[in-house]
Amino acid sequence: MTFPVEVTGEPWTGNVQPLLHEIYYALQRLLETGEITVIDLRALPLAPGEEEKIEQKLGQGEVRARIEALGPSEILETGIAGVWLVTHYNTEEEILGRYIEICRIPAILESQDQDIEYGLDEMEALLETR
Amino acid sequence: MANDKSLIEILKSRGVSRRAFLKFCTTTASMMALPPSMVPAIASAMENARRPSVIWLSFQECTGCTESLTRSHTPTVEGLIFDAISLDYHHTLQAASGDAAEHAREEAMKENYGSYLLVVDGSIPLDNPGYSTIAGISNLDMLKETAKGAAAIISVGSCAAFGGLPHANPNPTGAASVADIIKDKPIINVPGCPPIPVVITGVFLHYLTLGTIPELDGLGRPKAFYGQNIHDRCYRRPFYERGQFAETFDDEGARAGWCLYKLGCKGPITYNACATMKWNQGTSFPIESGHGCLGCSEPRFWDMGGFYTALSEPTLDVTRAVGVAAAVGAGAGLAVGAVNQIKKKRAQSNHETVSVDDYKEDA
Repeated sequence: MTFPVEVTGEPWTGNVQPLLHEIYYALQRLLETGEITVIDLRALPLAPGEEEKIEQKLGQGEVRARIEALGPSEILETGIAGVWLVTHYNTEEEILGRYIEICRIPAILESQDQDIEYGLDEMEALLETR
Repeated sequence: MANDKSLIEILKSRGVSRRAFLKFCTTTASMMALPPSMVPAIASAMENARRPSVIWLSFQECTGCTESLTRSHTPTVEGLIFDAISLDYHHTLQAASGDAAEHAREEAMKENYGSYLLVVDGSIPLDNPGYSTIAGISNLDMLKETAKGAAAIISVGSCAAFGGLPHANPNPTGAASVADIIKDKPIINVPGCPPIPVVITGVFLHYLTLGTIPELDGLGRPKAFYGQNIHDRCYRRPFYERGQFAETFDDEGARAGWCLYKLGCKGPITYNACATMKWNQGTSFPIESGHGCLGCSEPRFWDMGGFYTALSEPTLDVTRAVGVAAAVGAGAGLAVGAVNQIKKKRAQSNHETVSVDDYKEDA
């Protein structure tokens, strides 16, 4: 249980603004060089309420996807195109990790070559049985 | 027993997709305190990783470390036990007991000699072997015998890493840490009372995926988890900088979430990952719940001068304190104690604030 403290004024750690700057420069790099940046939100000291503050500032975008793989994952494009919020859960729907990904599309959404290979095998089997 | 299948083969045989595997690697990197850019390297290493045999010995301990591990959610302990490691011997978790249990340990040692991972929780009594035995074998003998064929040792919890609570002054059992006894094996200390669950699994997974011992600090702790101190990563740090401190646990400062330094917080001298990895599925950590850090991942944390004594206050160890009390006079000490008792009782009956100093003076 988190000790109830009143959050007033600016957030406490002061990490919200630097993080938004980091996202800004990562977005610039994505456009100029195609470089992908992933920020692990669990690796940063954030006060209660600061993560929500970041989400609030980034807003909501056009894409919302859900994956079912070893528990659900939620992938949201924020109001800033190219900035994604990725949350992985376990099968009990407890959060395993939260990431801000600055990319065109998060890798987890793409079909993986190995899975496509299995898909080909399945298609062949499917066509043979017909 | 450990088998020859790699982790990726086991996952494949269970119908786990490549996408799910990538998700597993991403959260594993986070758990190992590695940057997300390491995910491809982890995925590649995991494809070839083999399940190591693990023997877990529990000595002078309270089972809190095992409790902590079984509360781990990333991955679930079932997943860890059955997929990532082959846990061949663990007093608390195994079904076998007595001779059958000891036989399982001997068999695991024989079959995996030189390659198994030895995990120890609890300290080892050196004064009298009878203080703690398993199946009639002293902790010291069992540790020495099992350590011989181990590839590496993980000392889980402050007891195994530094002696912990059993080592507290006056150390009645002559408690010693694993590193005090074993000198010829790589030892990874994972201290904490208990350690953060995901830190325990993170160390396991580092060994499993990369096959190496993580980079350690001067006290044998993995730098990835113990590289920064609580104070530097604490969200209350700005209050410390501004000089805003809670003076009691129920004053205005405490309610406003100010720094707990004056209430004895040991954050500035404690190296651990609590402030970022947090506890209870990442919910919070002690400071976030309104109590100072006890410094439980540091050596001799139990004897650091009192949990409620601020770090800047001079501390006296027990022997010196007794000497001082004798010099001042036992009568004076008793009088102060009596006054404090009266003050405390009166405050309780009037619901007044009792500061931590009242308790300290009383002790």
